[in-house]
Amino acid sequence: MDAVPWWSSESLWRKIAIWVTAVMAVILIFLTFDTVAKITAGSDRVPAYSVINQRIYYRLDRDRGYQVPVIGSEAPLFGAALGEEDAEALVNLGKLTVQAKNCMNCHTLLGNGAYFAPDLTKAWLDPAWASEAVRERLMIDFLLDPEANARTFGTNRKMPHLEITEAEARGIVAFLKWMSAIDTNGFPAGFRPIRQEGDQ
Amino acid sequence: MSAGVLDVTPPAGARRTEAGALDMAHLSGGQRVAVRYFVVAIALFLAQIVFGVLAGLQFVYPELFYNVLDFSVNRMVHINAMVVWLLFGFIGSVYWLIEDEAGTELVGLRLAQANFWVLTGAVTAVVVVYLFVQIGPGTQASIWLINEGREYIEAPRWADIGIVACMLAFFYNVAATFMKGRWSGISGVLVLDLVALAGLYLAGTFYTTNISVDQYWWWWVIHLWVEATWEVLVGCIMAWGLMHTLGTSRRIVTTWLYIEVAMMFGSGILGLGHHYFWIGTPEYWLGVGGFFSALEPIPLVAMVVHAVYDSGRHGFRSSNHPALAWFIAHAFGNFFGAGVWGFMQTLPQINLYTHGTQWSSSHGHLAFFGAYVTINIAMIYMALQRWRGNVWMSGGLADGGWKWKWSLALLHVGIVGMTIALLIAGYEQSFVERAVGGSTWSAYFEGQTHPWFVQAMHWRNFFGYVMGIGLLLLIWDLLTIGRGEQRPIKDISQ
Repeated sequence: MDAVPWWSSESLWRKIAIWVTAVMAVILIFLTFDTVAKITAGSDRVPAYSVINQRIYYRLDRDRGYQVPVIGSEAPLFGAALGEEDAEALVNLGKLTVQAKNCMNCHTLLGNGAYFAPDLTKAWLDPAWASEAVRERLMIDFLLDPEANARTFGTNRKMPHLEITEAEARGIVAFLKWMSAIDTNGFPAGFRPIRQEGDQ
Repeated sequence: MSAGVLDVTPPAGARRTEAGALDMAHLSGGQRVAVRYFVVAIALFLAQIVFGVLAGLQFVYPELFYNVLDFSVNRMVHINAMVVWLLFGFIGSVYWLIEDEAGTELVGLRLAQANFWVLTGAVTAVVVVYLFVQIGPGTQASIWLINEGREYIEAPRWADIGIVACMLAFFYNVAATFMKGRWSGISGVLVLDLVALAGLYLAGTFYTTNISVDQYWWWWVIHLWVEATWEVLVGCIMAWGLMHTLGTSRRIVTTWLYIEVAMMFGSGILGLGHHYFWIGTPEYWLGVGGFFSALEPIPLVAMVVHAVYDSGRHGFRSSNHPALAWFIAHAFGNFFGAGVWGFMQTLPQINLYTHGTQWSSSHGHLAFFGAYVTINIAMIYMALQRWRGNVWMSGGLADGGWKWKWSLALLHVGIVGMTIALLIAGYEQSFVERAVGGSTWSAYFEGQTHPWFVQAMHWRNFFGYVMGIGLLLLIWDLLTIGRGEQRPIKDISQ
């Protein structure tokens, strides 16, 4: 059998495989420490849960070249400002409900999930809720009885009855409002949000 | 060790049986466990197609099973059946090859058998709850007992714990068997890969309110499984498979395996970054993810070169034609599905418009089929050959081999047809909904009602039926191939 050239030897490639894997894993671990610190609730990119007490805009940042969330004036959800702990508890109820009702197997959240129903990343800011004045009520009514309040836009795809309680519905709305304030590097692109007080 | 026909002998005292009869006496201990996994895998494959067809139909007939078996349930069972049957196929494949590769009997045969029943029982319980309980109130109890509500890893937390326990038992069995027997390049890579595979699952077993943190770790499981550790696992299976179907030398397959590991982990670990473009994570992931994920197709090209070169060098003289055909289908399917279809939308400049549309669905279908379904089917054909007493499965089968050829063709026509239909829907969706419509809900539905989208959904369903027919034919072939065959397996050691 011919001698094996050094560049195709088993031992060389074994060493390369080990070193490449180790180096990449170490880089990923370093980036993970950095990233997790930057996406903890209360950071610049992922706001504190009490952001649900304020108005949230989605505006073009000319320096970055895409839209970013902008936190505005006081606008407490359901008319009552919450402390950080209460706000977190409400958002947490919403997140738990979103998971327990399996929302992600019809919708996408931050673009991940199934494609049978619209993305929820900016659901709070969607113009489908008509106006700021009626948005909260419309969202709650829809979640409590999605069939009667169906908004199928001609597809006849209706959200099923998910036995959502009023408290859970409020939690979901809080979760959606908080999620809309996450800086998603411009996703979704070109989004045209609902008109809100303070818009130019 | 020289490559060639399988050299694992049935257990001492096994009775002799007729060649061509499906008989456990033809198999060693580990192989008996393996075929059980393969049987459940194929049953779950069938379930995957059935629930996929139901979900596909609901896109065009939304009233179908409304409030009874909604899209969310069908889709969840569709993707979970897929993940579990592929895992069952991988575990079966490892049990199939381990005694041959280690040169000794499986260390914990009873543990392996018990593990199989526990895992199968747990999967059954999870699916029954998915179908008949479906959802729960917004409490931790729902997450623990019913449904975790996180795509692909919806299994409730109790099942997570069970899965980790089963994987640890499986890992012990694999590592201890190699320690008792002999190590090789393939077994070394395999064992280290299983450590990573089991460990990464833990990243998906906790709850957090913060969805950005949630999705950060969720991708550690999803991406680092399917785009890293699963790829390396099938690389090990492929290496073993090429040795045993073609007689390729161990030195060549092992060197290729190391090259693939270097390139796969070299690109795939940081390629994880292409999932971190839009979930709240910092902007540097746009560059890191874009660059490394653009490199991800390279190892898949290497796999094609490897498989085609070895096949050609051996003049396609193989001991198992259907298995070799599926191994080659794996090399091409992996390259096109995971490589090309992934690359098409991996750079952030395009992904901004395609993320969360039917583009992803198109990529997902072809990638999972090409990379993983194919190689599991190949291993099942290898198992059947021995299960029937190491009979002839090369050219000139009794019926001309029409069933395996047609099932291979129909499954490929079906998956490629679905992939193209979904890609067209994805083009339309990213243009109408995203680029023009401004990504609002109204724009979403405008995209969903556009005739091009609706037509694409009908075509997707049509090709789904083609896949279903292909699968039924495959099952028929698996039940009958080699039956009554008198000729022994073709000797490829010369």
